[in-house]
Amino acid sequence: MKVARTVSSFFLLSLVLLLAACSSTPSLSTATQQVPAPEASPPASQPAPAPAPSAENKEIVLATTTSTQDSGLLDALLPEFQKQSGITVKVIAVGTGQAIKLGEEGNSDVLLVHSRKAEEEFVTKGFGINAYDVMYNQFYIVGPADDPAGIKDVQSAKDAMSRIAEKQASFVSRGDDSGTDKKEKSIWSEAQIKPEGSWYISSGQGMGETLQMADEKRAYTLTDEATFLSRKLNLEVLVQGDKSLLNPYGIIQVKSSTKPEEGMQLIQFFTGEIGQKLIGEFGKETYGKGLFVPDAKKR
Amino acid sequence: MMTQDVWEVIWLSLQVTTVSVLIGMLLGIPTGTFLGLYTFRGKRLVVALIYTCMGLPPVLVGVVVYMLLSRYGPLGALGLLFTPEAMIIAQIVLVTPILAGLTMSAVQAKERAYWETAKSLGASPVQMMLTIVKEARGGIWSGVAAAYGRAISEVGAVMLVGGNIEHHTRVMTTAIILETRTGNFTAGLQLGLVLLAISFLFNSFLMAGVLNQMRNGRR
Repeated sequence: MKVARTVSSFFLLSLVLLLAACSSTPSLSTATQQVPAPEASPPASQPAPAPAPSAENKEIVLATTTSTQDSGLLDALLPEFQKQSGITVKVIAVGTGQAIKLGEEGNSDVLLVHSRKAEEEFVTKGFGINAYDVMYNQFYIVGPADDPAGIKDVQSAKDAMSRIAEKQASFVSRGDDSGTDKKEKSIWSEAQIKPEGSWYISSGQGMGETLQMADEKRAYTLTDEATFLSRKLNLEVLVQGDKSLLNPYGIIQVKSSTKPEEGMQLIQFFTGEIGQKLIGEFGKETYGKGLFVPDAKKR
Repeated sequence: MMTQDVWEVIWLSLQVTTVSVLIGMLLGIPTGTFLGLYTFRGKRLVVALIYTCMGLPPVLVGVVVYMLLSRYGPLGALGLLFTPEAMIIAQIVLVTPILAGLTMSAVQAKERAYWETAKSLGASPVQMMLTIVKEARGGIWSGVAAAYGRAISEVGAVMLVGGNIEHHTRVMTTAIILETRTGNFTAGLQLGLVLLAISFLFNSFLMAGVLNQMRNGRR
């Protein structure tokens, strides 16, 4: 009988755990949906230009990649936007893959991401409207200073990666379906190489962790400029400037958003004069050069 | 995620956890027994430390082990960072205090009843300790179950020192994080349920065994 009681208490316990597990997963969506919709969404027919900042608490959700958050770019731009418009922007910084998923599920109002192919798909599938180019930054191929695969003098990213694969030099990949990961995969496929084997390390983590792992393992990796410059590591930039290493960011409105106007205001801010100027200036003080190059235009 | 990969991830989780709990038992059970039976100067401090360490934040353990094993750290020459061995080291640090602490309480509970008897029968200290451990096995087993549950569901430390490398150090918990990050909530949830099922099976198995033993012991 004691056994029966114990077993049933186990069931109870596991049930509780199960409930906890179930409720924790969609928490992202509840967090974003709790924003009271009615007062914050005036009919879409109202004129788009920003109304005077009012006291009412308007909030929108921006799903973006970790790079814009980790580099500090958003901290430089969003306070200014909030001051201008009175709209609070809640940022969910995840990989591009998840950011786009958040948009598809209607859990965000605006996307700021960098994976052109996935962005175009997002728009053609009807999930997004009003897609703009915002800015671009660069990718580097970085690696240990002694450069075991000898890629320093190689001009194109494709040839550099081919040489790494040929020499089977360690290469750490993000492997997390992020924009950077997609960029890396596109270079491999351009070089017609299917990277696999013990030299190819798929970290499944963010850029910072991946860089650290490359440093620890004396390996190569593909990194965005901003994250690389913000870390002090014993890795050197070996290949840069190739056209395929440019990294354009896009800003897209989620079609199912309940706050199209506020979303549009944010897009106009990023692509407008002030936003573009702030983007161009960002990082100059700390790194001596801007981390992002503004190039706003409607697609 | 492909099925083969899922099995690989589950298998590695079980391996890492089992090895760490086994090593943790070798370290923690003798320590706990000793603490439960003997008094000495400074024992209170040691006990307080063990109880504190039972609730060590895994991430803290992860950072410390990371710094030790890093190529730029004191044990960097071993090249252990981002290997399953590193994960096992971190897990041992986490589970040993649990095993020591729970063994200690279990032994203390049985101490009075058996210590004198064993002594009067002329048992050597080692024999006496073995007798007490045997008598206290119910409590010790629940310590093992707690340690196993903690280790298999732990994510912070193994992520830091293991690195979540595919086919190498990716375990269930880190795979769940990755799946969620890439938007595969379903896959993450499925893996989470597998984790839950393993925990449940392990605990029921262990508890059934313990209860059985206890009942037999009473007869």
